[in-house]
Amino acid sequence: MNIYGVISQALEIVVALALAPLLTGWVNQWRAWLQNKSAPSLWQPYRVLHKLFNKDSVVADHASPLFRAVPYIVFGCMALASSIVPTLSTDLPLAPAADAIALVGLFALARVFISLAAMDIGTSFGSLGARREMLIGFLAEPALLMVLFSASLISKSTSLTTMVEALAHQELAIYPALAFAGVAFTMVSLAENARVPVDNPATHLELTMIHEALILEYSGRHLALIEWAASLKLFAYSCIGLALFFPWGVAEADAPLALLLALPVLVGKLAIGGFLLAVLETLAAKMRIFRVPEFLAGAFLLAVIGMLVHILLAT
Amino acid sequence: MRGAGPWGLKDDGFDKVMDLTGWLRLDWILVAVVGGWLLIGVAGVLGLRRFTFVSRVLFPAGGALGLLLFGLALGAIFGAPEVAVLPIGLPNLPFHLRLDSLSAFFLMVIGAVSAGISTFAAGYFRKAEGTPPGLLCLEYHVFLASMALVVLADDAYAFMVMWETMALSSYFLVTANHRVPEVRRAGYLYLTMAHIGAISILLCFGVLQANTGDYTFDNMRAQNLSPFWASVGFLLALLGFGAKAGLVPLHVWLPEAHPAAPSPVSALMSGVMLKTAIYGLLRVSFDLLQTRFWWWGGLLLALGLATALFGVVFAAVQVDMKRLLAYSSVENIGLVIASIGLALIFSGYGMKALAALALTAALYHVASHAFFKSLLFLCTGCVLHATAERSLGKLGGLIRYMPWVAWVTLIGVLTSAGLPPLGGFVSEWLLLQSFLFTPGLPDALLNMLIPAAAALVALVAALAGYTMVKFFGVIFLGRPREEKLAQAHDAGAWERVGMLWLVLGCVALGLAPVQFIQIIDPVTQQLLAAGLGRTVAASGWLLAPISVERASYGPVIFLIGVAASFALAFLMVRWFYHGRLRRSPAWDCGFPWQNARMQDTAEGFGQPIRQIFEPFFVMRRELPTPFDARPRYRVVVEDHFWGWIYLPLAALAERIARLVGLLQQGRISIYLLYSFVTLIAMLLVVKR
Repeated sequence: MNIYGVISQALEIVVALALAPLLTGWVNQWRAWLQNKSAPSLWQPYRVLHKLFNKDSVVADHASPLFRAVPYIVFGCMALASSIVPTLSTDLPLAPAADAIALVGLFALARVFISLAAMDIGTSFGSLGARREMLIGFLAEPALLMVLFSASLISKSTSLTTMVEALAHQELAIYPALAFAGVAFTMVSLAENARVPVDNPATHLELTMIHEALILEYSGRHLALIEWAASLKLFAYSCIGLALFFPWGVAEADAPLALLLALPVLVGKLAIGGFLLAVLETLAAKMRIFRVPEFLAGAFLLAVIGMLVHILLAT
Repeated sequence: MRGAGPWGLKDDGFDKVMDLTGWLRLDWILVAVVGGWLLIGVAGVLGLRRFTFVSRVLFPAGGALGLLLFGLALGAIFGAPEVAVLPIGLPNLPFHLRLDSLSAFFLMVIGAVSAGISTFAAGYFRKAEGTPPGLLCLEYHVFLASMALVVLADDAYAFMVMWETMALSSYFLVTANHRVPEVRRAGYLYLTMAHIGAISILLCFGVLQANTGDYTFDNMRAQNLSPFWASVGFLLALLGFGAKAGLVPLHVWLPEAHPAAPSPVSALMSGVMLKTAIYGLLRVSFDLLQTRFWWWGGLLLALGLATALFGVVFAAVQVDMKRLLAYSSVENIGLVIASIGLALIFSGYGMKALAALALTAALYHVASHAFFKSLLFLCTGCVLHATAERSLGKLGGLIRYMPWVAWVTLIGVLTSAGLPPLGGFVSEWLLLQSFLFTPGLPDALLNMLIPAAAALVALVAALAGYTMVKFFGVIFLGRPREEKLAQAHDAGAWERVGMLWLVLGCVALGLAPVQFIQIIDPVTQQLLAAGLGRTVAASGWLLAPISVERASYGPVIFLIGVAASFALAFLMVRWFYHGRLRRSPAWDCGFPWQNARMQDTAEGFGQPIRQIFEPFFVMRRELPTPFDARPRYRVVVEDHFWGWIYLPLAALAERIARLVGLLQQGRISIYLLYSFVTLIAMLLVVKR
């Protein structure tokens, strides 16, 4: 561990925390424009967070301490996740603590806690949301893992930093396996981040909601933390996608200049990614909940095909 | 190899026996722990109805002996193998015992977990629960002692005697509440399956001794069986131990027997006894058999994964909390067997280091499952005592009335769901890591198939999360579904101590994987002549089984990371904003007439699983028509294997019995005729 490592680690956490709401705002803005609406300001998510933090938290009478602890736990999980995904640099002292599999475990941990919190109040919407969230979780997790497996078979490692370094240095950068994995990863990310074909982030008070049903009982600072964590999750997923499929421009060890350059590159990549997400969300329609297994099974099959293609070509 | 202390001695008998410094660990285990447990059992019978004596003195003493066993076995893992010959049993057929790293590892699990369960049991058993407490104490400690001796046995005779003792004592424990007909039925099923397994194991030993007539394990190790007979031996072992472990389709007794037993007994059976079957499978396939083929591993992998998926899917739709846990045990055993299968595949191709990785995953899961499943069963015991309900549909909201049990259960649930940074995740992580090496196998077909099997492991792990959210959420969260739940009381002091010990195990296994793999290392060294110990030790607290660049996981840093973000977020919010909180009725989209019946039920929570995995189940639904004044909704989910295998078999057995019954006419003259005909036939034979 050296000083650059510590600096890039600190920078990465700060950038993630600061930029995550901006990414959400960017996607929302583009979505509004694409749908011929007048868009909210880019800074709207920050305003919402500030407003929510200032409000009193209203907690149901019979909520248990678990309910109040969960926003902090979920926020902690997402903060850790975004600090181990190599976005700016691959020289991260925290990264060896969790490889790709542990990262999936980290997301699962957050998902389990937020589902438990939703069940804690004992309302019909809460437990419905918990059930659906866990349903999507267990369908998406294997597919996500298969995507990461394909990438780690190519790079011969499950450590995210090594994966990024290996993929960025490949002579023949385009692997057919990665193309399959990329499509699968996009589908999984849409499901995991409660995006349109699976869930609608703009929905509220509808029978079809998933993420919103989970957090229906939260308010004030608790809701702010959860919203922030949700943006962090979107940010982390985007960064995983960028790191695996477009790893160029990420700084490596002992390269302070590259670190400075990495930030604008990241912002550029995220801007394009966010725009594409908005396009995708505008073009797709939300599907019925029992179509989701088919959608995610499709993602899973694509990921497995990608892996098989890699093994076939490698031998 | 050293000889035994007090046992094998011929000339200077008594003095040497009294010289305690000459005792080996094996002698201590035999005399102090096993002997101690048997003595406690006898004391229990003497104080048959003296409830306080049995529960407050005998059970804690048994727990202390478990702790002692844990310590002794921990030392023995790193020691040289020790042997002893006990001059008991039939003439010229003494018991051979042997303590090596493999048996020491399983003894350690038995000791550590039983310490917690016995302490819990001290506060758990109540008066007037069927069997008198003293008798229960006898059965319980005989059960413990027989499990310890099963893993120590070094000849087929001792092994079978102990195996049967284990089956019988646990049968009596399962039927402790024998006045309930269901419990008797579950016990009968358990006994039948146990004996089908035992016959198969006996046949397996018969094959392994290769017509030498010598049933010691040493002799079996020396035999070089032909591939055909080695495979027959392996398959018989798989059938026999699979029946005990709950391998699909031999799993049917588990979801019946585990819920029927009192909770500490379920904990012991699920957490510890199933592991003796894993032990037997490892002993036969890696130690007694000298040749191994990759297709054995392939078979184990396929069966294990099928078992895991089947178990978790059924666990997700259960509405009885103990049945849910029993199916979850089926799932976990499936994962362990799949890891062993992977180890066999690797070792069949001579890739020892990778085989050691997969085997480490299996043993790690054995230990963590022992802790968390016992813990969860004990928690259901607390809930059962507090509410007298086992059905999830009548529980709910208990975190408010029994917070202590709830938080402890939460740790068990998170471990069971395989979430970092707890114990269940480490084994899953190791297993997935070993899957990532399967493309290195020399066989093209395996190359393609096995990595896809990793996806199944991922699916099982994710479904386990679903199941555990259901388990915890429906029991402890939400609103109480019955009014009487408001009177539920928290666990007593003994129960708390026992459960805390098991929680400690779950957490320690999660946070200190490097240290625990050092303990597993001698076992894999013994079985495969390879281990992870040295590689893992090189990177300190970071778990890196191959190299840090390849893969690493640091649970302590992980925990500190999450905890630090938690604390920082909390402090920052307080610092920059405020900590104001208001209480009000639940919001629920502004719908004011909420009641507890509007929450998701256990059936409701299982509904997506029933829909997605429909072919797995036999379902019978009763749906109300829209005009029913008192609508009733009922769904019964059953297992296909009953209809496919067990009911036809039972019908066949009954038909054969009826045919045999034709011989029995019940009249003396007929029986005399039989004797007469037999006599004539014999005479004819003799005359020839």
